[in-house]
Amino acid sequence: MSEVKEQVLQIDDIEAMAVGTWILGTGGGGSPYLNLLNIRELYAAGRRVTLKDPMTLPDDALVAVLSSQGAPLIGQERLADSAMALKPLRIMEEYLGRKFDALMPVEIGGGNGLHAIMVAAATGLPAIDADAMGRAYPEAQMTSFAVANLQCYPLAISDIRDNEVIIHKAHSWKWMERASRKVCTEFGSQASTCKAPRSGKEVRDHGILYTCNKAISLGEAVLKARKKHTNPVDAILDECQGSRIFTGKVTDVERRTTGGFLRGRTVLEGLGTNTKEKFSLDFQNEFSVGSQNGEAIVMTPDLICVVDSISGEGIGTESIRYGQRVDVLVLPAPEIFLSPRGLELVGPRAFGFDFDYQSYFKDQK
Amino acid sequence: MNQRIGIDVGGTNTDAVLVDANGVVGAIKSPTTVDVTSGVRGALTELINSIGPSAKQVDSVMIGTTHFVNAVVQRKDLNKIAALRVTLPGSASLPPLVDWPKDLARVVNGGSYFISGGNEFDGQQVVPLDEDAVVKAAQSIRDSGITSVGITASFSPLSSACEDRVAEIISHECPGIRITCSHALGRIGLLERENATLLNASLLDLATNTTDAFRKALDDVGITAPLYITLNDGTVTSSELARKFPVYCFASGPTNSMRGAAFLSGLQDAIVCDVGGTTADIGCLVNGFPREANNVVEIGGVRTLFRMPDLISIGIGGGTMVRENPLGVGPESVGFRLLEEARVFGGSQLTLTDVAVASGLMDVGDKTQISDLPETLFTAALATAHQKISLTIDQIKTDSQDVPMIAVGGGAPLIPEKIPGISEVHRVPFHGVANAVGAAIAQISGEADQVFQDFTRDDALAAALEIAIENAVKSGADRQSIKIIEMEDLPIAYLPGHAIRARVRVVGDIAAKPKEC
Repeated sequence: MSEVKEQVLQIDDIEAMAVGTWILGTGGGGSPYLNLLNIRELYAAGRRVTLKDPMTLPDDALVAVLSSQGAPLIGQERLADSAMALKPLRIMEEYLGRKFDALMPVEIGGGNGLHAIMVAAATGLPAIDADAMGRAYPEAQMTSFAVANLQCYPLAISDIRDNEVIIHKAHSWKWMERASRKVCTEFGSQASTCKAPRSGKEVRDHGILYTCNKAISLGEAVLKARKKHTNPVDAILDECQGSRIFTGKVTDVERRTTGGFLRGRTVLEGLGTNTKEKFSLDFQNEFSVGSQNGEAIVMTPDLICVVDSISGEGIGTESIRYGQRVDVLVLPAPEIFLSPRGLELVGPRAFGFDFDYQSYFKDQK
Repeated sequence: MNQRIGIDVGGTNTDAVLVDANGVVGAIKSPTTVDVTSGVRGALTELINSIGPSAKQVDSVMIGTTHFVNAVVQRKDLNKIAALRVTLPGSASLPPLVDWPKDLARVVNGGSYFISGGNEFDGQQVVPLDEDAVVKAAQSIRDSGITSVGITASFSPLSSACEDRVAEIISHECPGIRITCSHALGRIGLLERENATLLNASLLDLATNTTDAFRKALDDVGITAPLYITLNDGTVTSSELARKFPVYCFASGPTNSMRGAAFLSGLQDAIVCDVGGTTADIGCLVNGFPREANNVVEIGGVRTLFRMPDLISIGIGGGTMVRENPLGVGPESVGFRLLEEARVFGGSQLTLTDVAVASGLMDVGDKTQISDLPETLFTAALATAHQKISLTIDQIKTDSQDVPMIAVGGGAPLIPEKIPGISEVHRVPFHGVANAVGAAIAQISGEADQVFQDFTRDDALAAALEIAIENAVKSGADRQSIKIIEMEDLPIAYLPGHAIRARVRVVGDIAAKPKEC
């Protein structure tokens, strides 16, 4: 990885990061565009973000793990707001009686990757080049920290009104998910959170490292391909060692906002080499399973990314629509989720499917 | 098909055609004038003179205009607007116009007002609407002399009550003010919906003036047929609706040109290359329709969620400037000054029109003006133009097999005969007025947008589709030709039972014998 221990992100880095996080979001995490707009405003006002190598963190550093929780559809109507995003961080500091040394995103994928960068720009706190998913996932227990059985509490959650809640303790990650989801749903299915704080050592040992730079490199590759008029989708596959599974046109999207999630299914009709074939994608905020002609061929924790066939731009579960021409890509899952404990938390059964994980990449060999 | 006049009012030329069941009956090209009425009147008079007085008895007139998109692109003829955003305490860090180009925002910005209120996705209030704040905003708007406002509340596509109430207060406080409510224009996506709403609000003066001018031109030459304005999706709307929602007419130019190319060539699937005075627009026809851009579409730098043809524009046209030493072709153009500035017309600027004349591809102006042009120069300039067009065609193409291409527009002779990936370049009669032909053959649409209760999703969509088709047929569409262009549903959680808002839009060709409405 980079030799640089600390870098001041330029606005071009963040523009590229927005492209990368949207692809890594596997349909979820909400579009990074509104977070990017906030960061542009903050940068125009002179703010800057320092990105730190996680290996430079002292053992006892206090790191905030931030997210915007909820259903991506809501984020299209309730615009990302830096002042609202930093509230739970302040609530948590007040609760702990201690200031944070740095912050990090809980997930690199989608708007949440930039959510943390936006709070870093607004507060001046350094951002750590790591996350806990390496992608996006809908639930609190679907993190590398949960796989490692780290402590799941306390959690601070607040909405756009003056509603602020601390979850002092929870029995398990799943109970933390249940309790915080309930609060989030009452708040209008979207809320800002500050998850269980992590020590520097915990981040180093159990975080998924260097994912911010991964998103930046991915975004740069796509932007470069667009500029050079080479194929941006191929650039994604090269950059992430992924495969193209299907090319088609969206013919149906069914979605419903329930229990604080955006759930549903989309159906594609094949184009090009996939002519006359059908592909369907099930989602719970993120795409979780892809089936070709009725048979599940790709599934979480492998990353299922749906991108615009021409521009390589990520397409979210809240914005995918009738008539779009898309490529479905699969990128390898973060190693940590392939362990038995990882698959228990994020494999297909964790999303209600009645089958076990089959790696797409093993199939291909 | 009954008799219809199609008019394309472009930046340089106003084209007019008369089309009936047998095809194009007559076509003319005349210069666009600053005063809209006289330009359209001139074109109509010329068309009637070339066909005969029977042309006045047409059944309808369809006008496609670039006025609205040009106004935004050139930042002129826009009225100042006030923006009311009803989302507080949320969405405060990104104000209205936040992602607009700065110069455009400056031209239209007549003040933004944040109001507490709006809805959640389930129909509940975020907080109660702050009516006092609305009254205060209205007073301030009245004092500032602003005459057009755009109102955007969160989740208004699911529940318009909040925007309706704000509109009611504003029109009470500011009699005569024009109001654009976001729920009438867009879907979920607050910022993009607000952008469309504010663009629309800023175009209302121009929309009124332009449609009035069109109608007056028709009256002046004695045409009493109804006037339609073409929309982004290749269909038409009454001029009344275009006055209220000019943003719907934004991208009709490229759509008309591509639909016209399909009609003139008889091809349904092809690349279309439209070379005008300033740009070459290259797009893709699929089943006779322009392929749509996938994601967000920017107009004049403003992000919206409109459905637009997927086009690439490059600076290659008849007026494109050619530089010597070193050789350079475009992207600058002499634009509408072509008839004064090009060498063959006695001017001093070398353009691609001169290059085309020197190469024997076009026969316009005075050839002797360019007799001194070295062959190496015009051959190299033409090769550069050819290469730029070929590269762009390759970008827009998604099929690895060779596909046909239709060459249209006044600058069509600049399109090379042989292009990698293209099986054949089709040159068609009336290629120079493909836009106007596209307007004349514009289709009829039908829409259904309503809430269905205690329907399954499939049943609700099927019911909406049936209503949309009936609406289209009632307006004169041929049932057999109807195609779905949009279909979506939004579950509405706050209504009892299983409630779904289903929205379906269909289009069809005009039926051979129009039905009585």
